[in-house]
Amino acid sequence: MSNIKNTQSAPGDRQRPTSELETVVIRFAGDSGDGMQLTGTEFTKSVALEGSDLATFPDYPAEIRAPAGTLAGVSAYQVHFSSQEVFTPGDQPDVLVVMNPAALRINLPDLPRGGIIIANVGSFTQPNIEKAGYTANPLEDGSLSGYQVFAIDISKQVALALEGMGLTAKEVGRCKNFYALGLMFWLYNHPMEREEKSIRAKFQKNPKIAEANITAFRAGYYYGETAELFPSRFVVPPAVIAPGTYRHITGNEATAIGLITAAQLASLPLFCGSYPITPASDILHTLAMYPHYDVITFQAEDEIAAVAATIGAAYAGALGVTTTSGPGMALKSEAIGLAVMAELPLVIVNVQRGGPSTGLPTKTEQADLFQAVFGRNGECPVVVIAPATPGDCFWMAIEAARIAIRHMCPVICLSDGYLANGAEPWKLPEVASLQKIPVTFRTDPQGFYPYLREPKTLARPWVVPGTPGMEHRIGGLEKEDVIGNVSYEANNHEKMVRIRAEKIARIVHEIPNATVYGDPSGDLLIVGWGSTYGAITQAVKSLRRRGYRVSALHLRYLNPMSANVGQILANFRHVLVAEMNLGQLLMMLRAQFLVDAVGFHKIQGRPFKISEIVTKVEEILGAREQAELCTHAEVG
Amino acid sequence: MTQCNLEQAPKLTRKDFISDQDVRWCPGCGDYAILAGIQRVMPELGIPREKIVFVSGIGCSSRFPYYMNTYGFHSIHGRAPAIATGIKLTRPDLMIWVITGDGDGLSIGGNHLIHTMRRNVDLKILLFNNRIYGLTKGQTSPTSVHGMKTKSTPFGALDRPFNPLSVAIGSAATFVARSIDIDSPHLQYVLRRAADHKGTAFVELYQNCNVFNDGTWESVTDKDVRSDRLLVLEHGKPLVFGKERKKGIRMRPDMSPEVVEIDGDTSGLLIHDETRTDEGYHFMLSRLSGPDFPQPVGVLRAVREPTYDELMTEQGRTVSQQQGKGNLEKLLHAGETWMVS
Ligand SMILES: Cc1ncc(C[n+]2csc(CCOP(=O)(O)OP(=O)(O)O)c2C)c(N)n1
Ligand code: SF4
Repeated sequence: MSNIKNTQSAPGDRQRPTSELETVVIRFAGDSGDGMQLTGTEFTKSVALEGSDLATFPDYPAEIRAPAGTLAGVSAYQVHFSSQEVFTPGDQPDVLVVMNPAALRINLPDLPRGGIIIANVGSFTQPNIEKAGYTANPLEDGSLSGYQVFAIDISKQVALALEGMGLTAKEVGRCKNFYALGLMFWLYNHPMEREEKSIRAKFQKNPKIAEANITAFRAGYYYGETAELFPSRFVVPPAVIAPGTYRHITGNEATAIGLITAAQLASLPLFCGSYPITPASDILHTLAMYPHYDVITFQAEDEIAAVAATIGAAYAGALGVTTTSGPGMALKSEAIGLAVMAELPLVIVNVQRGGPSTGLPTKTEQADLFQAVFGRNGECPVVVIAPATPGDCFWMAIEAARIAIRHMCPVICLSDGYLANGAEPWKLPEVASLQKIPVTFRTDPQGFYPYLREPKTLARPWVVPGTPGMEHRIGGLEKEDVIGNVSYEANNHEKMVRIRAEKIARIVHEIPNATVYGDPSGDLLIVGWGSTYGAITQAVKSLRRRGYRVSALHLRYLNPMSANVGQILANFRHVLVAEMNLGQLLMMLRAQFLVDAVGFHKIQGRPFKISEIVTKVEEILGAREQAELCTHAEVG
Repeated sequence: MTQCNLEQAPKLTRKDFISDQDVRWCPGCGDYAILAGIQRVMPELGIPREKIVFVSGIGCSSRFPYYMNTYGFHSIHGRAPAIATGIKLTRPDLMIWVITGDGDGLSIGGNHLIHTMRRNVDLKILLFNNRIYGLTKGQTSPTSVHGMKTKSTPFGALDRPFNPLSVAIGSAATFVARSIDIDSPHLQYVLRRAADHKGTAFVELYQNCNVFNDGTWESVTDKDVRSDRLLVLEHGKPLVFGKERKKGIRMRPDMSPEVVEIDGDTSGLLIHDETRTDEGYHFMLSRLSGPDFPQPVGVLRAVREPTYDELMTEQGRTVSQQQGKGNLEKLLHAGETWMVS
């Protein structure tokens, strides 16, 4: 916590001074049975209500319950909050809360020297220490001397606090996370009442457990107050945030409600055919709660059935959506080809994860771009777009639906694990300001052919079964131009391939121009897409503050790309494409624009750190002299 | 003739269901007879053409929708039941027929077929069984006879064949029937029954592929042997077969079926009951086959159970009643919100 601004006493605190901080990053880490995700989200909620800007990063293992205390079972949740605009969950934690030795071992490398460790000593037993691969107790052997260590026997304290409540030892153990939460509430000056209400609501069905957790929560809070461990409390002043109503939203939630919103704007039923897969399942879970919004969720027997049913629904006049992640996407490819051939609107959400194959199911990656753009048999163009932040998932879901309906084509929306689970405070849009999505079902049999085209968009008419006088047959075999009958005629096939390509290419006229963050020309342009937005933007911001002539271009439309992308690339001396793969967008940009771009790749199942991007740019442009930096900094 | 006839929609005829596409099956293919049967039955259903959708997968039989002057969707290999499910859930008012082959339905699409049946989606599924892959020119299918020599199994197929009726009953299909391409009256009867059924109606149709598997059903369907090799099921009637109807089927005390000679007296024989809710008896029927037993044709099973689409509509209605019809304002404000001013 290097950014302490001033020290003052906050009202309400007994003696302890309160320091004001601009930015804090806390990581809660423990065994997957320790409830760290819950602790993290509860703390985040409170942070949001205190008015900070924030971003979060949950990081949990693929195993549902790896053996307790092992390295494989460590689950973590990082929250970054600030009085300034926040773009990422933060490179490094300032505070690391560890519930066991394994959590310490896994997360310590990310903690900068001098950082705070709050450790549950109670779990640093000999077997746990060994399970974590330590030979000696790290809390005692001096290896943590470079950090500020606060060792608290949370296990014991919780046991004492809950004595006599008639709980089993297991139930008592489960309350540890709320003790840790209470301690953090005290440390960062958050009000307890709101959280107690929230706990009560969460455990509504089991008042005894609710009371136990509240007791543990209070014990943690009061321990902070009485134990004199910490020299000061901290407060992060509210950020300057645009006025409005906010809620805390993850990318998956935003995608789900964006899809429902799109269907309502189009006055269509929403049909979501899906098969559970991490990290996409939550979209299905969220949609399933809203049958009263004209939402049909169909958990199919596999991804192929999921997309196939969705195509059937689109054919029948619904807004058809199928949600999945990489391996499921692979299974859907043949059916997506059918939707391209049948020219039906279809929204496909791929929440990317590490691959190939089952890969890293719970970790993030951006390596399905080629699959989205090219991954089908035949000349099979589809629209590909990608949201930049969790909240942007809402807007891109609507955009996907709008394009699919208007152009009668599949649209792939590439989210990823980092966006899906990451959260940010999200400003609710005004419902009245949302643009309707016009839908025309053709009902006039006069002069009708299934593959007649709207001259501007080249979209064919959407005729739903049940419409009298328009009975016709469609399918995956090549179609005779306009007429729509099966045709193997050589020139017709070439013509139809070209028309389908042209239909997608023309969408360029209807999507917004890309905007550059920073100056429109300069020494280096960092190009990104998807969830790298935060890290790239923050890196460019800090590089520019230090005088570098660096800008960023974030592509939300990947196929087709916005009309001005080529021009923007040409305005920079260097183009650096930062992505969580081996250079997929890089290859597309080089191929489409003949630009001598270079790539920056990270394929570790983890998002970019801001510092990694900064270092890379410094490497390319050379480190700046301190003096020069200062003058530039003045300019802006 | 009454005066309101002019107001009514003209009664449809077989011709109204014939599309303008040339039928391109091999001359002599059993598919023609099935097409004719379906085109005959359609007008009798009293359902307007636009309310009928034919969905198919890939295979010779799956070209079927092109030849019907209704709505049609020729899709991808094996996936027709899933596509049809999506259509039905979106538009429960449509009558949807799924056309599939033994390869399409039981091999690549086996998963979708069984799950559609277990869910009881209101679809009529017609599986054209020629015990061969026709469109890809003669490889074994999941119903091919064990040991059969084909291009892909020159030394004999090692696979054991599926029995489609057993698969359907094992998947808890609510309507299960079998008929034969060349027996037009019976075929039409079964199709009408399938059309009347609410829920998944699964119909196996013996179909001759005269090019790659000619005569595969001859040993049971040939005029000369048919009466001894086929057991024609009729609800409420004893299981009797044979040229002079002198053979019947009854249960041994150990619950295995046996064929007995009868002389007019049918007491003690099994009485066919389509409506039994337990699957045991219907499953037993599905297993009957030569040389010891005749093969059943007709309706094995017809039980009324709530369909997936009915349950879905009902659930949506209940949630709407409890929570009110959703609106965007409520959706966006769900969960905890806070104001920044
Ligand atoms: C994904 C895929 N795999 C394979 C094929 C090739 N294929 C087309 S039809 C068929 C088998 C059809 O057999 P069946 O369902 O028995 O139909 P029939 O042609 O005998 O009517 C196969 C393997 C295909 N079209 N798509
Ligand atoms: S190959 Fe066989 S099934 Fe296909 S059309 Fe010819 S006869 Fe019919």
